[in-house]
Amino acid sequence: MNIYQEDLLDHYENPSNYGTLPNPDISHEEDNPLCGDQIRIDLMVEDDKIKEVRFSGHGCTISLAAASMLTEKIKGKSLEEVKQLSKDDILDMVGIPLGPVRLKCALLALKVLKAGAYGIHAWPGEENE
Amino acid sequence: MHAAHFRPLDVESIRKDFPIFATEPPLAFLDNAASTQTPRPVVDAMDAYYDTYRSNIHRGIYRISEEATEQYERAREKVAQLINAPRTRQVIFTRNTTESINLIAYSWGTANIQEGDEIVLTVMEHHSNLVPWQLLAQRTGAVLRFLEITDEGLLDFTQLREVLTEKTKLVAMGHVSNVLGTINPIQSVIEAAHAVGAKVVVDAAQSVPHFHVDVQQLDCDFLAFSGHKMCGPTGIGVLYGKLEFLEEMPPFLGGGSMIRSVERDVSSYAELPAKFEAGTPSIAEAIGLGHAVDYITQANLAAIHVHEQELLKYAHQRLKEIEGITLYGPSAPHQKMGVISFNMEGIHPHDVAGVLDTHGVAIRAGHHCAQPLMKRLDVIATVRASFYLYNTIEDVDRLYDGLCRAQKLMTRRKQ
Ligand SMILES: Cc1ncc(COP(=O)(O)O)c(C=O)c1O
Repeated sequence: MNIYQEDLLDHYENPSNYGTLPNPDISHEEDNPLCGDQIRIDLMVEDDKIKEVRFSGHGCTISLAAASMLTEKIKGKSLEEVKQLSKDDILDMVGIPLGPVRLKCALLALKVLKAGAYGIHAWPGEENE
Repeated sequence: MHAAHFRPLDVESIRKDFPIFATEPPLAFLDNAASTQTPRPVVDAMDAYYDTYRSNIHRGIYRISEEATEQYERAREKVAQLINAPRTRQVIFTRNTTESINLIAYSWGTANIQEGDEIVLTVMEHHSNLVPWQLLAQRTGAVLRFLEITDEGLLDFTQLREVLTEKTKLVAMGHVSNVLGTINPIQSVIEAAHAVGAKVVVDAAQSVPHFHVDVQQLDCDFLAFSGHKMCGPTGIGVLYGKLEFLEEMPPFLGGGSMIRSVERDVSSYAELPAKFEAGTPSIAEAIGLGHAVDYITQANLAAIHVHEQELLKYAHQRLKEIEGITLYGPSAPHQKMGVISFNMEGIHPHDVAGVLDTHGVAIRAGHHCAQPLMKRLDVIATVRASFYLYNTIEDVDRLYDGLCRAQKLMTRRKQ
C-alpha cells in the first residue's frame, strides 16, 4: 500500500475547513515537538454541538490530511460524541499503516482538538499510560 | 586529512560484512549521522563474550571474569590509541556522547563554574551539547554566549575575539555539525580559548567516526563521542579528558566500582578511570566498540574520508540538478563532512522522507536535535542524507531518483 495514496493527497492539496473563525468559542494551537508541525483548531459550539470548525497550520501531508478529515467528521456532532474519538478512529480515516513517528503526525489534530475542547493533553492512545 | 598512503576503500568487500545490505535491491542507508550499521566482526565479538566468557568485570577471581576484564580494558586501549590519548586511563566509558557531556557539566562544571562566568557555545550545537550547559548555567548563575554562523553555515570566526574574554571559563563546541556537516576550525578555537584561560569541550560525535582526531594535537581539555556512530553498538560512549582535570574532578555517579573504601558516612574513590564508571558497565558494548575501532582503522580513516568526500561531491552535483532544492551548509566540499541537509520547495521534509522510504532509501527528516540552528536557518526542519564507508554511488542515484519521484507525486497539481 502506498503511503501517498490519492485520498490523502487530495485532502492535503484541497483541505476541508481550512482557515480560522472570527470569534471562536474554542481556539487551540499546538505543535509536534518531533517535527515542528503546528495545528490550530477553532470551534463554534451551539447547544453542545460543533456548529463550525476550522483548522490552520503547517505540516506534512499526513498531519494536514488527518486534520482535514477530522474537521469533516466532527462538524455537527455533539461534544460528547467528539470526546469519544480515539486513535483508532483517526487510523481508520487515514487508512494506511503508520510507523510511530508518522502516527504522531496523524494524531496531532485530534490531540489539539481534545486539549482545546476538553483539557485532555495526552496523546490519543496514551491517556492511561 | 589528506594522507598520502592508503589503499582506496574496497567498498564491495566492506558491504559483505554488513548483512543488512544483502537484500536486492539493497537498502540505501543514508542516515549515518544518526547511527551507523554494525559489521559482522563487531557483532561476533559481542556474541563471543555472551557465548564463551559472560561474567562481570573487575571482581571475579575466576578465569572467564578475568578474560572479560581483559577484553574490556583492551577496548579502552584501542580507543586511547585511536584518539592518541597520552594515558589509557584518560578514556572513560559512558553510555554515549550525551552522558559524557553531562558528566563534564555536573562534575567539572559544578566544581569550577560560578555566577557570572561565561560558557561559550555555537548556534550549531546538538541539543546534547547545549541542554547540559543550560542546566549548569541555571544551577550556577553562569551565562551562555553563542557564536553565530555565516549564511554559508560556517562559524563566524570574526566574532570569536569579541566573545572570548577573561570571563569565559568554558567553550563547548561540536567538531563537525550533524546538520550542515561543517567542519569547525576547532584547533584555532582551542588556541584562542586557552589564551583567555578557558577550557574546551569538543563534541566529537561526528568527527571521530570519520577522520583521525588526535587529542594531543588538538590540545582539547575534554572530548566526547558515541560508539554507535562508528560501527559500534549502542549503549557505549567515550569521554576523554586531560589527566589533571579528571583527577581533580569529583565523581559523577556514586556506587559500586568507583570506590576505594566505604565507611558509613564517607567514602574514598577509586583511581581513574574507575572513579567515573560506577556500577556494572556496558561490557559487551565496550568490547564491541573496541572491535569497531579495529574495523574502521583497518579500513583506514583517511580512505573513509576520501570515499565520503567523493560521495558528497557527487551528491551535491546530482541534487543541484533538481529544481526547487535548497541546500544548507558550506558549498565547498572540503569545508564539510559527508552530511547534506536540504529542502524541496513545497514539500514537507517528512513527506520527502516518507516517499524515499517507499523507495528503499533511509534518510532523516526533522530538526536533528538542533532547534536553535533550525531557527537560524529559518526552517522548521530539513531533510538530511549522511554517508559512511559502505555507501555507494548507487545509493546516491537512488536518493536522486526518489527525490524526483517525491517531487512528481507531491507537486503534481500545483505545477
Ligand atoms: C554532533 C552530535 N553531538 C551529540 C550527539 C548525541 O549523541 P548520542 O545520542 O549518542 O549521545 C549527536 C548525535 O545524535 C551528534 O550528532
